[in-house]
Amino acid sequence: MATNQTNSNTVSFPEHLVCDAPNDMVKRESTLGNLKYLVVGVMFGIVFVKAEIISWFRIQEMFRLHSFHMYGVIGSAVVVGMISVFLIKKFNIKTLSGETVQFHPKKFMRGQIYGGLLFGLGWGITGACPGPLFAQIGSGYVAVIVTLLSAIAGTWTYGLLKDRLPN
Amino acid sequence: MELIELIKKPWPWYVAGPLIGLTVPTLLLIGNKSFGISSSLRHICAACFPANISFFKYDWKKEVWNLFFVAGVLIGGFLATQFLENPNQIVISEKTIAALQELGIRDFAGLMPADLFALENVVSLKGFIFFVFGGFLVGFGTRWAGGCTSGHAIMGLSTLQLPSLIATCCFMVGGFVMVQVLLPFIFKLF
Repeated sequence: MATNQTNSNTVSFPEHLVCDAPNDMVKRESTLGNLKYLVVGVMFGIVFVKAEIISWFRIQEMFRLHSFHMYGVIGSAVVVGMISVFLIKKFNIKTLSGETVQFHPKKFMRGQIYGGLLFGLGWGITGACPGPLFAQIGSGYVAVIVTLLSAIAGTWTYGLLKDRLPN
Repeated sequence: MELIELIKKPWPWYVAGPLIGLTVPTLLLIGNKSFGISSSLRHICAACFPANISFFKYDWKKEVWNLFFVAGVLIGGFLATQFLENPNQIVISEKTIAALQELGIRDFAGLMPADLFALENVVSLKGFIFFVFGGFLVGFGTRWAGGCTSGHAIMGLSTLQLPSLIATCCFMVGGFVMVQVLLPFIFKLF
């Protein structure tokens, strides 16, 4: 939770720059260095397809409570993530380049409710969250390019209207 | 050869879930990166059409790892489908099949029904709802919520963040409402 932030050197961004998946590595990485993340992404994309997480049918099953599959996937992912984060904090495990791992306490904002509900509605229609969108396109569902472009447009529109929305 | 046959079968949740969970420590330890995919959409806006909007005025190049990551997800999707495709039809719950048949879905062969995701549907009312409208909600909603299934449900819950639990519950409520309440009305339009 927000209180056990042990790192005093947490970089604080201006509010509008807060990013939910920030890069906290102090050292700049080269394009070659960034290829690591491409490789992790490839693995991730393969899991998405092989576990049928990108399937519109699987999302329908989940929201109809007809199958445990998606709940098992998300639940076990969270458990493994939690244990990993616990171990990293407990043993103060450093990154490959020797830096302290940074965690960011999230602030509650009303957008998490409004935006969360809107995203849920979209998830129920498209059968995809942002990650699977990319994997669906890679799997040959060309029409999903339209969904991705529209999601980018949605993100852009949020940026445009941000100050006029309850956040 | 037997191994490859095994890999081609659909992976059970207890294999896929932990692998996805391991993405969290992997990204943290190889480069101090917090897991989250919807940020990539914001970085694309910041890189391509910042339009002087303050929300998109930041050093997106510092976050370019996220774009490498999603490019990888796309390539991974391609590789899995080209080389590791399940030779059998997807097995989903009989109850879901019955419910979807009632809505008018006829194709249950692939991961996505051709009734909806065929390319020719792009320029139709179906395409407008399932791609344009749905995609817009995904992009707008995740950014307003400050993350998606990866940033909130997986990374946020892994780090025991209450706001992420709230967001995740709202994702689920939105999904239930769409599938259980609104979809039957939407399908009546076609």
